[in-house]
Amino acid sequence: MAQLAPEVEHLYRRAGFGLSAADRQQLDDGQGYRNLVDGLLVFDPSATDVDGLIGTPGHVGITTSGPFSPNVNIAHARQRWLFRMVHSPAPLQEKMALVWHQHFATAYSKINGTYGGADGTRLMAGKASEDPVGQQGQIETLRGLGLGRFEDLLIAMARDPAMLIWLDGRTNVKAVPQENFGRELMELFTFGVDHYVETDVYAAARAFTGWNLRIVGTTGLGTAAYSFTYNASQHDVASKDFSFPLYSRGTSNAYRIPARSGAAGVQDGLDLIHALAFHPETARRLAGRFWTWFVSETEAPHDRFVQSIAKVYLDNGTSIRAVMRAVLTSPEFQDARQYYQRYAWPAEFVVRSLKEVGYLGFSVNDALTPMLNMGQQLLEPPDVNGWELGPPWFSTGGMLARMNFASQLATNQRGALRDAARPFNSAPEQLIEFAIGKLSLPPLDTDVSNTLLTYIRAGGAWTGSDTQLLAKSPGVIHLLAGSGEYQFV
Amino acid sequence: MHFTRREFLKGGVSAFTLGFAAPVFLSDLARAQGASRRNLVVLYLSGGNDALSTLVPYTDPFYYTRRPSLAIPAASVLQVGADSSGKALGLHPRLTGVRQIFNEGKLAIIQRTGYKNSSRSHFQGTDIWSTANPVNTSGSGWLGRYLDSVPADPLSGWCTVREVPHSLIGDRVSVPAIPSISEYAFKSPNTGTEATFSRTAMEGLASHLPVDKPHLSFVNGTARAAIATLDRVASVGTYAGTTAYAGDGLSQALKAVAGAMVRGIGTKVFWVQVGGFDTHSSQGTNPANGTYANLMGTLNTSLTAFYTDLKNQGLLQDTLILQFSEFGRRITENGSQGTDHGAAAIMMALGGGVQGGLYGTAASLNPTAGNPSLENNGGDVAYETDFRSVYARVIDNWLGANSTTLLGGDFRKASLSFL
Repeated sequence: MAQLAPEVEHLYRRAGFGLSAADRQQLDDGQGYRNLVDGLLVFDPSATDVDGLIGTPGHVGITTSGPFSPNVNIAHARQRWLFRMVHSPAPLQEKMALVWHQHFATAYSKINGTYGGADGTRLMAGKASEDPVGQQGQIETLRGLGLGRFEDLLIAMARDPAMLIWLDGRTNVKAVPQENFGRELMELFTFGVDHYVETDVYAAARAFTGWNLRIVGTTGLGTAAYSFTYNASQHDVASKDFSFPLYSRGTSNAYRIPARSGAAGVQDGLDLIHALAFHPETARRLAGRFWTWFVSETEAPHDRFVQSIAKVYLDNGTSIRAVMRAVLTSPEFQDARQYYQRYAWPAEFVVRSLKEVGYLGFSVNDALTPMLNMGQQLLEPPDVNGWELGPPWFSTGGMLARMNFASQLATNQRGALRDAARPFNSAPEQLIEFAIGKLSLPPLDTDVSNTLLTYIRAGGAWTGSDTQLLAKSPGVIHLLAGSGEYQFV
Repeated sequence: MHFTRREFLKGGVSAFTLGFAAPVFLSDLARAQGASRRNLVVLYLSGGNDALSTLVPYTDPFYYTRRPSLAIPAASVLQVGADSSGKALGLHPRLTGVRQIFNEGKLAIIQRTGYKNSSRSHFQGTDIWSTANPVNTSGSGWLGRYLDSVPADPLSGWCTVREVPHSLIGDRVSVPAIPSISEYAFKSPNTGTEATFSRTAMEGLASHLPVDKPHLSFVNGTARAAIATLDRVASVGTYAGTTAYAGDGLSQALKAVAGAMVRGIGTKVFWVQVGGFDTHSSQGTNPANGTYANLMGTLNTSLTAFYTDLKNQGLLQDTLILQFSEFGRRITENGSQGTDHGAAAIMMALGGGVQGGLYGTAASLNPTAGNPSLENNGGDVAYETDFRSVYARVIDNWLGANSTTLLGGDFRKASLSFL
């Protein structure tokens, strides 16, 4: 299947994980760019759910010993997410979950270390239907609210059980406020380190006193139920002063959360989140992040883009769907000079490879260790700041892991690649045509093509025999998918 | 304009030269003739180490009143004598092997290291320690600048964790991340000569460094450095060690470091790291067995094995381990049986060339107004020794480079005579 128009391939590399041959066949790309964007932004989650296809023929495989238990076993949870990235007909839903996972970076290991692996897996990635009290895991919340209002996302994260454990909100009580969540809410989740002072951290910690974790049952067994609880008796009822305004100017003291009774005190945290969500610096900072996540990593965010996206964000009540529509239809995003100007995250590289090279007979389980070596283990960001994006992915070890994953996948797909390459067996140049027809790459420079030709010709005269195709077609796919060119999206 | 690897890593692409992407590979002969076998192993305790639990001021009554559940009982600490102010101190009870090294005179502990207006942010704090610049942290790392100053070689630095830290980012040098030696190998869909063809071709693709595509050249330069270092790294994978290393990540990283030294790879700076020090909650009330105690246990077994191995290999005199963390922790425990982000902490220097002992003075933990050894209204330990003075001593007296140049100022401090 030939590739679609460059702007369509670009849109799906960025707003999804690239297109498989089957995707390209099914996609009606004659409907126009804006309609394609609409299709990515608006979907019916119940109709796009692919979980029921896991383990069925015609899809990328999974590997388990025993039943598939993505609500109990973290490796299974990672496989389920990769499966969704490969097969979801709503790829932007998975992409948004991934970028919010980067933004609200929470690591399974701490939850596991606190309450055990089964509870930890469920709190990170379980579905509501998989939990005794219908509490969904953090990634499910990010999938559900990923295109909703950012303010709602912040509130959901402040109440998320995994987050309450990760940033210690569960122990935030009035006698000894816990600063961890309040600090990161301001430093990382909203307006950034330059816009608050140390006393704001203390005040924020106090505002969230009593935002705790309710646990029913015995922890560590995989059966306990976890949910957010507001513990009025542990709320610090005194007023809290901030260096930035929380309320509009007409208010008597815009910088102060007033003293409130314990019963009413949950409003403190909501007021702070509201102020932070609507702070103009939060809007600008998020616009910069959207630039990095979707537009370009080789140029600093353009001022026009930041201003216009920040305005869309504030004008639409922090709606992420409105922001994403503006991002994907912005002139900057559509500028052909921005094609292939982002460094693919390991998840992007792996899923795009699977979609473009082929996945039948491959298990996503076999991508987990390679992804660890590339520096991105899903559900285990290195710290609350998330992964270091862009060039830092490309340590020598990380680059080797990408080259070796390309080899592993090409090896796995060897027979299918030989069969698909047969119509291209007339000359080495044709075999290269075959490979670049599968992989969405920028135009190759001449010395790259020459290196590939030398490789195909090495070892004997080209005859196009099945034996040659069996060696050289995976060989060329390995080289191209492992090339520097393919590490850009 | 000169375009550097660091600028790629920190953004701000404007122009480009290929200097970083086409490393000059030091010949084996040049390596064999290398003037110094000395190396530096930097040990980063990630998350902010609670130094008051590592080196315990067990005679300070405020230590016990401010940490009612977390304080380590005086009877449990491993006494290491008193510092120059006369304050008696003891190591964490799990640091038995480390105390032995202290007793052999090969461990220096520098108290209250830090800097003015200590950042309580992990990321800003780490950047400050990495760049050795509390004001502007956008520049290169201090170890990267050192490696830029030595003969170029893709293995002059060796990072044992997946993410190369900011400290190791130089203008020209590209330090490889080698978290697992067995994974650091080239794979191909075919075997025999076909596999050789693949490696040759991949090397050819990685040598494509178009001047008009700097970002592609950066990635290809990394691929090229990876392929160029495969064989030397593989030689380390067979190293067994003269002593048993435990299975944890830190122990295994130190085993790889020892292997690289024994095989004479030529690496000047190794980076090892262990996390889990961000102990906001459940730090552990039992000094023998709890979160922090287990961190100390791992530190103790790994360092002891490494020390013994190097001693057996006759390499102790060539090795310096320098430990740091991005900040210390708050003196008063929080309501979660943990400690929040604080300020000054300890640094440790360990090795054959070290003049062991206690350097600097411990804080008085009395929260009374005007106590000069505390800051933040008595909440945190104030710094006494600028961390850059410790770096300066290491740069000048161990690495044989010029600290004033590498640190952008004169931070030398005569009393830091541990080297």
